[in-house]
Amino acid sequence: MQRRQFLAALGAGLLTVQLPGLAYAIAPAGYQRLLVLVELKGGNDGLNTVIPYSSPDYPRLRPTLAIAREQVLQLDEQRGLHPALAPLLPLWQAGQLAIVQGVGYPEPNLSHFRSIDIWDTASHSTQTLSSGWLTRLLQQYPAGDAFASDGLILGSQTLGPLAGGARAVVLRNAADFARQARLAQAAASQGGSSALAHVLKVEADIRRAASDIGKMPPARQAMGNAQDPGRIPDAPGNFGRAVHTLLETLAGGSQVVVARLTLTGFDTHAGQAGTQQRLLGELAEGLAALQAGLAAQGRWDDTLVMSYAEFGRRPRENGNQGTDHGTVNSHFVLGGRVAGGLYGQAPQLAGLSDGNLPYAVDFRQLYATVCETWWGKPSAAVLGGRFTPLPLLRS
Amino acid sequence: MFPLRKLATLMLLLPLPALAAHIGDAGARLLLGRTGFGAPPAQVAALAPLEREAAVDHILASSRSEPASAPPDWAKEPLLHPPRKQLSEDEKKALRDTETRRGLALRAWWLQEMATTPSPVTEKLTLFWHGHFVSGQNKVKSAQLMYRQNALLRREALGSFASLLHDIARDPAMLRYLDTVGSRQGQANENFAREVMELFTLGEGHYSEQDIREAARAFTGWQLDPDNGEPVFRPRRHDSGQKTVLGHRGALDGDAVLDTLLAQPATSRFITRKLWLYLVSPTPDDTTVNRLAASFARDYQIKPLVRALLLTPAFWQSSGQQVKSPVELTVGTVATFDISVPDWQALAQLNRRMGQDLFDPPNVRGWPGGDAWINSDSLLLRKQFLDSLTRPGGNPPRPQIAPDWLQQHPAAASWLPALPAANPLPRPASPQLALRQLLQDPAWQLQ
Repeated sequence: MQRRQFLAALGAGLLTVQLPGLAYAIAPAGYQRLLVLVELKGGNDGLNTVIPYSSPDYPRLRPTLAIAREQVLQLDEQRGLHPALAPLLPLWQAGQLAIVQGVGYPEPNLSHFRSIDIWDTASHSTQTLSSGWLTRLLQQYPAGDAFASDGLILGSQTLGPLAGGARAVVLRNAADFARQARLAQAAASQGGSSALAHVLKVEADIRRAASDIGKMPPARQAMGNAQDPGRIPDAPGNFGRAVHTLLETLAGGSQVVVARLTLTGFDTHAGQAGTQQRLLGELAEGLAALQAGLAAQGRWDDTLVMSYAEFGRRPRENGNQGTDHGTVNSHFVLGGRVAGGLYGQAPQLAGLSDGNLPYAVDFRQLYATVCETWWGKPSAAVLGGRFTPLPLLRS
Repeated sequence: MFPLRKLATLMLLLPLPALAAHIGDAGARLLLGRTGFGAPPAQVAALAPLEREAAVDHILASSRSEPASAPPDWAKEPLLHPPRKQLSEDEKKALRDTETRRGLALRAWWLQEMATTPSPVTEKLTLFWHGHFVSGQNKVKSAQLMYRQNALLRREALGSFASLLHDIARDPAMLRYLDTVGSRQGQANENFAREVMELFTLGEGHYSEQDIREAARAFTGWQLDPDNGEPVFRPRRHDSGQKTVLGHRGALDGDAVLDTLLAQPATSRFITRKLWLYLVSPTPDDTTVNRLAASFARDYQIKPLVRALLLTPAFWQSSGQQVKSPVELTVGTVATFDISVPDWQALAQLNRRMGQDLFDPPNVRGWPGGDAWINSDSLLLRKQFLDSLTRPGGNPPRPQIAPDWLQQHPAAASWLPALPAANPLPRPASPQLALRQLLQDPAWQLQ
């Protein structure tokens, strides 16, 4: 156990000793580790993100969209990153960036909305579930009252993997939230209609979260054991703002199990090059800021960042210098405990014309890695079956 | 003449609709809210004595195909965009600024139209089709084309779904939004072909990936005339080969594919179900939906379908089952309390922050609606807006509800809320506090 963890555990223990009258359940130690999910909404083009630059099939399938070999940020003899991802290179060199290729699922669905539901609920392709995979995990293994909320939603209005019952707060700005939250009342009634029950649930989530978010807890100030979060690093665009809000909230001492950040605009059916360049740049600068900010707070080793999207895009570009919906994708996993490197399977482009690629890594293996390796919780019941975790974390 | 007691006994034996002879204040409030955006007490009182059929017919009789107020001057002018390549960076920026300014003016105009039109049901259905046949200014990049699409949606709002589908497929904003522009033989773009099946007609699961690829070929050949923005069909760019879509084979063009989609029973069911969710409740009854869909499929006339939905028993039992959309909450509150709005653009921006940016839905599926309207962020914005309506001040002055509104309409407190108050509080000290209590209660978020 590291010194920081020991102190955190000690702190939580002290709290219950000092305040025996309060129903503070000490959360399972696992949730002290933060998960940050990054949704690349619209379906990022993985083939122009993690680029098989040495393959002759790549320029064949991407006559106008292929990134020139000399611009690719080479990771090894075959693969490299889109140049806009340069801000991630220090993490790659530090061995804290894992890239998982060929992530997908059997019987892929190419609808944005159906496929993101499959990802968010961790269902089979042909099965419809109503609750998010994290909601199911948190219902089975609750986080406890010490957490301001199960999850923070940043940059999106939809709850995704936290839909269907988890405590979730959609947050734009921590200070605004703290100021406005007085309008959320305690409710006497519970019934009436399911719509009313939903409103009352959201009000309850706000009230609980608002007792922490946007405030610096006095205990923490007095004890003076918080590391100086320093100036919160800036990053451009809506994604940068979401990162900033997250860092600010965590610096204020609020505990959450998961934060979900959304960067949208990846549905590049036409004129892909400029749009993807801008979005990947925003992503990389935002993630670099997140890393710097969490490192300053002493939390980078207890943070796991993971990207996801509804699907990847078609290897062969279309006639509008864009790409249509595809299947498998490459995803990023980063954090202080991540064992960096390339995982999964590189796209097998030889002989491919108009088709899509089969998956090599089931996305639920990523989720199993989070549940089991990151948090120490069984995943089979949550994910509806056994999925083998990936060796993405250093022990 | 029957003695009173016998009459009461007889009434208990009659079927339910006869008992509910007139819809009453609460029924009128429900009907006006669902088919429009709130209503002042005088309109509620006018509708309350009517029976269900008469009340519904009264509302539908108002429908129109043109807006009541004139759109911004530029809306019908020749298209602003010259071909992009001729523009300098400064000119491009000026164009972007103009589009942003126009977009905001367009949003403000539509909100005001919703609040003031003599036919709210026309705007309510136009808004439904905007959330169904989605295009967004963010990608279309022309407020003029967005207005033109809005006019099309209004023209057929309660008209023909078949005409609407065919016309939307060659609507300039849609051609841009789903990348039909530029899609050509040999390099078909699948965007429109996929969404027209998944989101506009059949619904997910009623087609194959092969159907999408074949249909995409049928939609090739369309471009926009750079001079006037009009869609033009270029036969040489069109794939005129044989295609098979949903078992229908031939040298299909776009219209032939759309007719194939209209002939599928899934289409009328999908639309009927979605309209049920919009107008009635979050829990569609499959048997009723299938029955109404079967008659809808005969001619695809929208008004009779809306009428039938509003006359289902489920509709009249649905008070409080729907979450108000931001537009329903803001425009509805403005209309109900007859609030004067000095700045409709500010109201449009508020709706954007609450999650309903008119002319820019979040994606091609439109607004998910229902419970999804309310999360911690949007709920606090909604409550803050409602709170401000009873707190004078601000510069420029905030829109306000008359402080003595409840004294002028003493009965309203009983029929206005869609459900009994979730937080019944002690009798408030002042009429203004009573008003605040009414608006802050969770029930005001519902209709």
